[in-house]
Amino acid sequence: MHMPPPDAGVLARKSRIVERLLAVLPEDAVVHDEAETRAYECDALTAYRCPPLAAVLPRSTDEVAAVLRVCHEERVPVVPRGSGTSLAGGALPTADCVILGVARLNRVLETDYANRFIRVQSGRTNLSVTGAVEADGFFYAPDPSSQLACAIAGNIAMNSGGAHCLKYGVTTNNLLGVTLVLMDGTVVEIGGAHLDAGGLDLLGVICGSEGQLGVVTEATLRILPKPEGARPVLMGFASNEVAGACVSDIIRAGILPVAIEFMDRPCIRATEAFAKAGYPDCEALLIVEVEGSAAEIDDQLARIVEIARRHDPVELRESRSDEESRRIWLGRKSAFGAMGQINDYMCLDGTIPVTELPRVLRRIGELSAEAGLEVANVFHAGDGNMHPLILFDANRPGDLERCERLGAEILKLCVEVGGCLTGEHGVGVEKRDLMSVQFSPVDLEAQMRVKDVFDPRWLLNPAKVFPLEASGVRRAG
Amino acid sequence: MRPSTEEELAEIVQGAAGPLRIRGGGTRAIGHAAGDLLETVGLAGVRLYEPGALTLVAGAGSRLAEIEALLAGEGQRLPFEVPDMRGLLGRAGASTLGGVVAANASGPRRIQAGACRDSLIGVRFVDGAGQVVKNGGRVMKNVTGYDLVKLLAGSHGTLGVLTEVAFKLLPMPETTVTLALPDLAPDRAVAAMAAALGSPFDPSAAAHWPGRGTFLRVEGFEASVRYRAMRLRALLAPFGVAEEVESPWEAIRDVAPFHGREGDVWRLSLKPSDAPAVAARAGGEALFDWGGGLVWLLCDPGIDLRARIAPFAGHATLIRGSAPVAVFQPEPRPLAAIAAGLRARFDPRGLFNPGLMA
Repeated sequence: MHMPPPDAGVLARKSRIVERLLAVLPEDAVVHDEAETRAYECDALTAYRCPPLAAVLPRSTDEVAAVLRVCHEERVPVVPRGSGTSLAGGALPTADCVILGVARLNRVLETDYANRFIRVQSGRTNLSVTGAVEADGFFYAPDPSSQLACAIAGNIAMNSGGAHCLKYGVTTNNLLGVTLVLMDGTVVEIGGAHLDAGGLDLLGVICGSEGQLGVVTEATLRILPKPEGARPVLMGFASNEVAGACVSDIIRAGILPVAIEFMDRPCIRATEAFAKAGYPDCEALLIVEVEGSAAEIDDQLARIVEIARRHDPVELRESRSDEESRRIWLGRKSAFGAMGQINDYMCLDGTIPVTELPRVLRRIGELSAEAGLEVANVFHAGDGNMHPLILFDANRPGDLERCERLGAEILKLCVEVGGCLTGEHGVGVEKRDLMSVQFSPVDLEAQMRVKDVFDPRWLLNPAKVFPLEASGVRRAG
Repeated sequence: MRPSTEEELAEIVQGAAGPLRIRGGGTRAIGHAAGDLLETVGLAGVRLYEPGALTLVAGAGSRLAEIEALLAGEGQRLPFEVPDMRGLLGRAGASTLGGVVAANASGPRRIQAGACRDSLIGVRFVDGAGQVVKNGGRVMKNVTGYDLVKLLAGSHGTLGVLTEVAFKLLPMPETTVTLALPDLAPDRAVAAMAAALGSPFDPSAAAHWPGRGTFLRVEGFEASVRYRAMRLRALLAPFGVAEEVESPWEAIRDVAPFHGREGDVWRLSLKPSDAPAVAARAGGEALFDWGGGLVWLLCDPGIDLRARIAPFAGHATLIRGSAPVAVFQPEPRPLAAIAAGLRARFDPRGLFNPGLMA
């Protein structure tokens, strides 16, 4: 992975740029000391690091607009940052950029239960949005696994999903409006408490644009009444194929669980050693969760169990209490942590048509053997969003490169069977150079035209999403 | 012109000397587009239907009725309950998937299952340069690159000519029950619907038809529907006795109360609790869907409704009528500039339905 060389002119003007930023922000909102800018050198894709020129931490939309006006005039690239939990390098700086962190924009602005929305500043964390409404029986549906830390701004940038999006959709399906600051400092309001767009659906293209079209400072989010209850069933199968067939049959039967999670043997083994959740020793495991009243849950679980029985499960464990539910989820929720205990790992995020599950898992097994690196699979089976974890040893020379090559092969496989490179993590820098596997030059050109309109100088998060050679002319201005 | 392949369409666009008026089935277009007629009905056919993956990919010219019948055969459907606008607009013909997408046409279930744009997972289209662009795909979760799928949904043919669309589907419910509360004034009706929509009992539709009743729909497995209907009845007791009634949803979806009647028809998208006051300011007759978030108004012909109801947060679209105003709600300057910029980039020669939305 390469980043473009920093603009020498910008680097040379650092003191002037910092001075101008200090003229529009309080002193504590501008980080420019070299020791302190290191705090912003990477996000959760820690393999790549680069301290920025400076970082700013505005407290209001007006301050964000002022910062962007300065950077626009000075032609300084700006990298927006929520909580820095991107697994794709979405908030990775370049040496000539200003990091615009929204962490201090964390207030709830309005809560409206009659109309079922909440308006928040974009630096607020995902979980604390639900936290603000749960006492009144509501929740915010998208639940990325980093939800304790990740910011709504980043969720909007990456169109984040989560384990429960089979039923509730991803961020774009739960976002009603934004306050967006354009690179030239113009503040625009898009959407609001109403449901659909009056003209072109700009909100739809802003969500998932990875901070390249503008900086979101406020968001209106749909909130939903909490279901009466939820309970999972755990099912073990003798092969990945059988588990895949069971997923397909559940969907065919007209049941829409809130989550269908899949783990394969390497993943079961690792989490079992780590979390001791009492998972069965089998090839593939499904956790299916349904919601509703106690009677509705019983009814749906009975239907699911009946379908599962047709696939000769080696284990069927229906939760009957909160404690049993907790134990069933324990292993799944600690899967990534468990992997981290054993090895360094790289987490992929491709999506495939669910019907291709068995074939793709088999092929991943072959690719894994060829590369000599173990792959553990844990993913959202209901919607085909896979998270293969490639295990490697960062201290062994060449391992990271082998891991990246295997990762690229697996993602190409996802595209080949009709899927995509990323289901919920985003492209960032991690998948940037694979974009041409999924898209033709014409497809990419169509997307880049959107950025041309919102950010004609290509200053916002410029070296992400599009392969560098595809965006080169535009970035050069 | 009626191309039967994407390549043919691309050639037509490349060779176009002037504006093109794009038409699917011609059943739901609004506003005034000028230019040579370009019909997409030749771009029909199911490319892929996987019931086990809840996915459909089909040509944009595919007839909606045929697709709905195909899905029904497998116990599935498009989630967003497509309105049939022929009665309201006085049109004939057969609606196409491309037209549905271009209008982002979404019915009562929008409040639970999302709009057309939420179920749309992939598109192919020909841009103003005559190039074929694809975006999205056939999988439910996809954040690879910008979401042009959403941008094309509801663009009324002004950014490109759709050639192929992909949807995620939902299973048909085992049982459907509709409850009705009689004789509520609009503000009480919207409050009743808010109480139901704020409950865990998951109504799939909530509408108020003045003079007829306030309606709530529950869908799903038999036992679950019975349970939720019972709980909703109890919850709604302060608003009156909710009775189980025959389905009014097709009539509400298609705005049947205004069929064949004189006057301009407006469609308002707004905050549900604002709906009663805005409808009162508007005068005329109202039909409230989406818990109040969607208001259909039948007004005196020729009036500028937007001026009459201002200020209000949301937007008003002139669906049918003679008012000498923009069909789509004029946008604030910076947003209008962005929209114009996008049109200029996707359709640099201004071929596609020029002036329709701007």
